[in-house]
Amino acid sequence: MMKDIAIKAGYTLISLFVITNYGLLLGGTMARVRAKVQGRIGQPVWQPYIDIIKNNVLRTGISHGVMFYLGPVFRLAGGLGTYLFIPAVYGSLVFANFAFSGDLLLVMYFIFFGQLGMALGAGQSGHPYSPIGVARGLAQMSAFEVPFALSVIAIAAQYQTLSVTEFVALQQGGILNWIVFTNPLATIAAMISFLGMSMGNPFSIVIAPQEIPIGPPTEMQSSFLGMLQTNRAIFNGAKLVLFMNLYFGGATSVLSMVVKTFLIYLYTVIVGASFPRFRADQSIRFFLGIPTLIGIAAVVVQMI
Amino acid sequence: MRTQLQQVSTRFSITLIDELAPERDDLLFVQVEKDQAVPFLTWLQELAGYTHLVFFTAVDFIEEGYFQLTYMVHDYSTHQDLAVLLKLDREDPVVESIHHLWPHAATYQQEMYEMYGIEFPGSPRLHDDFVLEGWDDLPPMRRDFDTRQYSEDTYFPRGGRKSRDTAEYMKEQLYPGEAETW
Amino acid sequence: MKKDEMNEQIAQIDKAMRLGNEGLSDDQKAYFCDQRPERIDPYHGILERFANWARAESLWILGFGTGCGAIELRPLMTSRYDMYRYGIQPRPTPRQAGVFVIGGYASVKTMKRIVRSYEQMQGPKFVLGLGSCTINGGMYWDSYNTINRLDHYIPVDIYIAGCMPRPEALLAGFNRLKEMIKAGQCDGMNSYAENFDWYKKNQKQIIKHWNMPDYNW
Repeated sequence: MMKDIAIKAGYTLISLFVITNYGLLLGGTMARVRAKVQGRIGQPVWQPYIDIIKNNVLRTGISHGVMFYLGPVFRLAGGLGTYLFIPAVYGSLVFANFAFSGDLLLVMYFIFFGQLGMALGAGQSGHPYSPIGVARGLAQMSAFEVPFALSVIAIAAQYQTLSVTEFVALQQGGILNWIVFTNPLATIAAMISFLGMSMGNPFSIVIAPQEIPIGPPTEMQSSFLGMLQTNRAIFNGAKLVLFMNLYFGGATSVLSMVVKTFLIYLYTVIVGASFPRFRADQSIRFFLGIPTLIGIAAVVVQMI
Repeated sequence: MRTQLQQVSTRFSITLIDELAPERDDLLFVQVEKDQAVPFLTWLQELAGYTHLVFFTAVDFIEEGYFQLTYMVHDYSTHQDLAVLLKLDREDPVVESIHHLWPHAATYQQEMYEMYGIEFPGSPRLHDDFVLEGWDDLPPMRRDFDTRQYSEDTYFPRGGRKSRDTAEYMKEQLYPGEAETW
Repeated sequence: MKKDEMNEQIAQIDKAMRLGNEGLSDDQKAYFCDQRPERIDPYHGILERFANWARAESLWILGFGTGCGAIELRPLMTSRYDMYRYGIQPRPTPRQAGVFVIGGYASVKTMKRIVRSYEQMQGPKFVLGLGSCTINGGMYWDSYNTINRLDHYIPVDIYIAGCMPRPEALLAGFNRLKEMIKAGQCDGMNSYAENFDWYKKNQKQIIKHWNMPDYNW
């Protein structure tokens, strides 16, 4: 029994280590892709590592109270929680994580959880721009959760399950079994809401550096910021893995996971490089408009 | 426009000055007395069509002993500019405010109070800080204020500074030896 | 008895070491800290060298254009000069920034904001004086409203002369700053803490309307 737990803990740590590094490298690569779009050379791929190291070795750090400490911790817990309940690679013991039946609902909750924790931390920092950023972030998040939830309802009704592992299992056996082909409406709604979830342009209003200096983490510095950056890598990886599992047939090896998540991320970066930023109200109206209608259509098709 | 102004010249005791901008048809200069300035500007805004205050500024004529205030107004229908000049005694720099005609004039007046010490009684925010926060010396744009001396006393000047006459220096650098023949 | 005396003395010394915050009203004093900045010793040996390498390779500029020279920072982000290659990127808040680029002349009104922003940055922090105006006042040397020497108010690590210096010069300055950081020569944060009274005296001499705390965390 103890041996099993120890092995599981070891596997989890390996899985976390891989996704953290993968998320960081992915972030660095995508910064370079964005630079290429703008005709620049761009930062080194390993720049996120240096930034995190630098932030953690800064000599001073200002705290504003207990919640200020807990904000980044909640955020990290949200990122870890999201990742740990998704099986990253189908059929692999190391990357199975803690998947169980019904984990999809928990994961959807965890995506929200980090932002709520961050709201508490940012609130205690006392900086006026932080609550503005948090309010925008929560409003936009509530908006993009609508098409995503509808899409999840549609595919859950289609496959009669709420377990991510089962979704992946049911999509095996050929590219045409992927949900992107069996239920394109749900996929479209979810992929549009994924743009909001990844918070790149045009839905980058939450951190908008030009108007509300970086939004919720305005007051976060040194190791607080280092923690947030680490979380961003994990959270990005977790979201990508989730969408890959739900709509693109999952992955049976680490290589196919890397390729698929890279392409999904590339999609958000390409959209981000092509479109300017929405204002907060525009972004919410957008999500509650056509993507929601597509989501409703996906549900209705399943009901018929 | 010129005829219209000549008609009211006795009423507001104004004098047209022609020699200031002879090459422009759409710009006129008018000298006005201190007590007639606001009535004249009110007439310009309400009846003569000069609805826009372009700028409102002051110049220090220390040798003659007066500040010259310039109200530049603009008529959008004919695109005529009119500069209303007002001589203000340096010893008694108090003049009526025009913020009730153009609200943005209050900012010009705030700046003029700070830079020249000209008082505009009743102007909003007049004594608030504009650019100089906590200034305790003579208003700096007055010409009897020695800005170089103030800078040397206050701002820790770094030694070893050389100044050159720009024209001479460029001649020497660009055409060495030929400078004398010019 | 003796212990009480000692405690009293300690309390007195402590009170003397606290900052007065005379520019603030009593209500505001409750919001701000009255502690002085303290010298924080660097790590030793290879650890400090590694930390310095990371600091040098990840320079985050504070996005605060303090004068006309800030116009030279914009081209650096474009494809022609591309400062991101060197690990330099802009950061919108002083809490997260590590390099403060003083863009040219600093008027007294701006100097007040510069001091506040500089003190809010987390150490080690570096200051790059851009343009002649930060060195000796430049063309504004006899102006009634612009400072002459930046290093009398905040510690400066490196100057870039010129009016204006081209973006290439700015990049060269950044690379020189990187070398200096890697060699461990940039310790403006500690020199500010050690000479705090001198810097404060100079700042208060020019900023006459001092309505902020003496040390802004």
